[in-house]
Amino acid sequence: MLGLIILSKLFTADEEVFYVLEPIARTDRIEKQKKKHWGDLFFSQTAAPYLFVLPFVISFLIFFLYPIISTVIMSFERIDGPGDVTFIGWQNYTNLLNPHFFNAIWITTKYTFWTLLVLIPLPLLFAVCLNKKTLPCRNFFRSAFFMPALTSVIVAGLFFRLAFGEQDTTLINSMLRVVGISSTVWLQNPNTAMFVMVLLCTWRWLGVNVIYFLSGLQSIPDELYEAASIDGANAWEKFLHITIPGLKPVIVYVLTISVYGGYSMFAESFALFSSARSPGEIGTTIVTYLYQEGFNNNNLGLGSAIGVGLFVLVMVLNIIQLWLNGFFKKEVD
Amino acid sequence: MKKSWVYVLSIVVLLAVAAAGCGQKKETAQASGDGDATVLNFWTFQELHKGFMDDAVSTWNEKHPDKKIILKTDVYPYDEQHNKLLIALQSGTGAPDLADIEIGKFANYIKGSKPGLVELNDIVDPVKDNLIMGRMENYAKDGKYYGIDYHVGAEVMYYNKEILDQAGVDINKIITWDDYIAAGKQVVAKTGKPMTTIETTEHWSVYPLMNMQGSDVLDKDGNSSFDNATNIKTLQMLKDMLYKDKIAVPAPGGYHHSEEYWAWMNKGNAASVWMPMWYMGRFVQYMPDLKGKIVIRPMPVFAGGRKSVGMGGTATVITTQSKHIELVKQFLAEAKLSKEGSIKTWTLLGFDPIRKDAWSDPAMSAPNKYTDYFGTDIFSTLQSVVADIGPLNVGAKYPAAISLLQKNVCFRVLKEQSQTPEEALKAAGEDLQAQ
Repeated sequence: MLGLIILSKLFTADEEVFYVLEPIARTDRIEKQKKKHWGDLFFSQTAAPYLFVLPFVISFLIFFLYPIISTVIMSFERIDGPGDVTFIGWQNYTNLLNPHFFNAIWITTKYTFWTLLVLIPLPLLFAVCLNKKTLPCRNFFRSAFFMPALTSVIVAGLFFRLAFGEQDTTLINSMLRVVGISSTVWLQNPNTAMFVMVLLCTWRWLGVNVIYFLSGLQSIPDELYEAASIDGANAWEKFLHITIPGLKPVIVYVLTISVYGGYSMFAESFALFSSARSPGEIGTTIVTYLYQEGFNNNNLGLGSAIGVGLFVLVMVLNIIQLWLNGFFKKEVD
Repeated sequence: MKKSWVYVLSIVVLLAVAAAGCGQKKETAQASGDGDATVLNFWTFQELHKGFMDDAVSTWNEKHPDKKIILKTDVYPYDEQHNKLLIALQSGTGAPDLADIEIGKFANYIKGSKPGLVELNDIVDPVKDNLIMGRMENYAKDGKYYGIDYHVGAEVMYYNKEILDQAGVDINKIITWDDYIAAGKQVVAKTGKPMTTIETTEHWSVYPLMNMQGSDVLDKDGNSSFDNATNIKTLQMLKDMLYKDKIAVPAPGGYHHSEEYWAWMNKGNAASVWMPMWYMGRFVQYMPDLKGKIVIRPMPVFAGGRKSVGMGGTATVITTQSKHIELVKQFLAEAKLSKEGSIKTWTLLGFDPIRKDAWSDPAMSAPNKYTDYFGTDIFSTLQSVVADIGPLNVGAKYPAAISLLQKNVCFRVLKEQSQTPEEALKAAGEDLQAQ
């Protein structure tokens, strides 16, 4: 319904189309010109863009906007089965204030913090190295870094789970034993489990961020570096005063998507612990908690409330972050 | 003119894509009406169950040439199948005729006042006397039965005879838990190997022992009974086995279904483990080196407790969305409630049948891969304990309760040791009541 209203608004903006869609009292003339006008609609420069974005608009309305609205509605309901829905006001949100949810926020925040700390400086450094024309096998490294992003996170998670097993014979433990470090139970301790999750994330997303930074680096003109060299700047000074400011838009972009990516993490934890349930909730993120409540415990109302909570949290964080980075100032200027 | 054709074509394609979802459904509906065979859909998460059902269909088609069935089975991963079914039932469309639901998830599907599952009393009631009814109550609500299990899942002890012989322990003399712990100390002293392994991230070690003493995590009304004295005592007993008596080790990988555990156990690293009957399949499949070394015996008993309990389970259900409910009911009754069907759960799946009269049937002692592995006395051992098996208290909060038991109680008490049994069980109880 909403879609139709928007669509008719789009079309009525154009005088010609209006004429076609609202054939009031001018039927005779339209009869003659009908064919021509439908052709005009196809070739009209005003209508064509709308037609082209139509598939996106429709899929957005059906697969994004509708579920979002219905999630908000469901977060105020208790859903016991088909046709067995009770409106319960803020009850789901009151129930949300429990230790599990706070633990999930805490774990997810720690995870996001560590991924930001690793996944911005490290790819930046790699990108600068890979951008040097003197580096041998440049293209090989570029694709090698990107490769993990193409693997399924479930497959990668399974590999990490087995590699970080607790036996002496597992990949990581056997390597550590060579250098004299005794075997560790990786996935049943909060700190080591967090380490494995961040490592898995780093392994997968490093290459993607490298690509972002590489494309950013290529937009910085060489003249700036040349000029700096003439003024006697060393490599570090050039990096600090040309590369970093030049990459700022890319850094802000990567930061924004990483905050979102960190807070919506699900698959890594799910694959590492082979279910949404982790021992002592050491790997419970907001989304795995949502999954547990919504699907494993069939409490879709509470699950929806968690989803709304996550949405608010990520929005607030990103707005603060963008504001701190001066994103809104530019718009005012 | 050419350009406009491109436009028209792209719009047609777009509409075709949009309509594809609706089209598919019509096709299946048509197919089921075609010819003399009825097409039924079945969802499961267990490949083995597909084989069982396919066999049941061919038996059915031989017996009832006038009511032939074609069964289309989809095998999904565990979580995915349960989620898909839940969504299909919630939204009122897209559910199969038949589906498997694991006991830990079952409460989710009969939560509302109008469950999406068909009541099965008219096929269960006629054979009630022959069934181990404790296993039927797990899938019932207000006296209505909604699912039929594949097996009893009797809890038993798997002993590694080689290690116990080495330690000089006679397994037939282990009757009580005190005997078991004493034997464990002897095993540790003589062989240096632990008597058993205890799960720290799942519940298969502690939960059956609670049930054997008549306790549970929920009471009859579905409220928490986490912190009752029996549960605290049981959890303390396991903790003592691990850290005081030192006859047990935490299961490598955290639970008895992890790849690491199977690899470790396969090397003959522990003298025994208690798991339900269906764990036989795991031994045969994943621990081939223990063939001929493992013997099955009844559980050690608690004073005044039960000899065994039925653990785990998967029920086959019929959804209310099925268009052939009567036919599916008749088929399900023949496949799983008849004596022949029940015997097949043993011969095909290696499960302990839910029909009592199947247990004494000669077919049960015929050699197969399980008797090759564990010896021929499996069922004579089990017959002595099966009558003692009662229901669990499976209320609406059961999935949440089991999850708390796994991730919080067992882990914090038995692995992390950050909480005492009493603290952990109290916390879990309060947590569950607040939900």
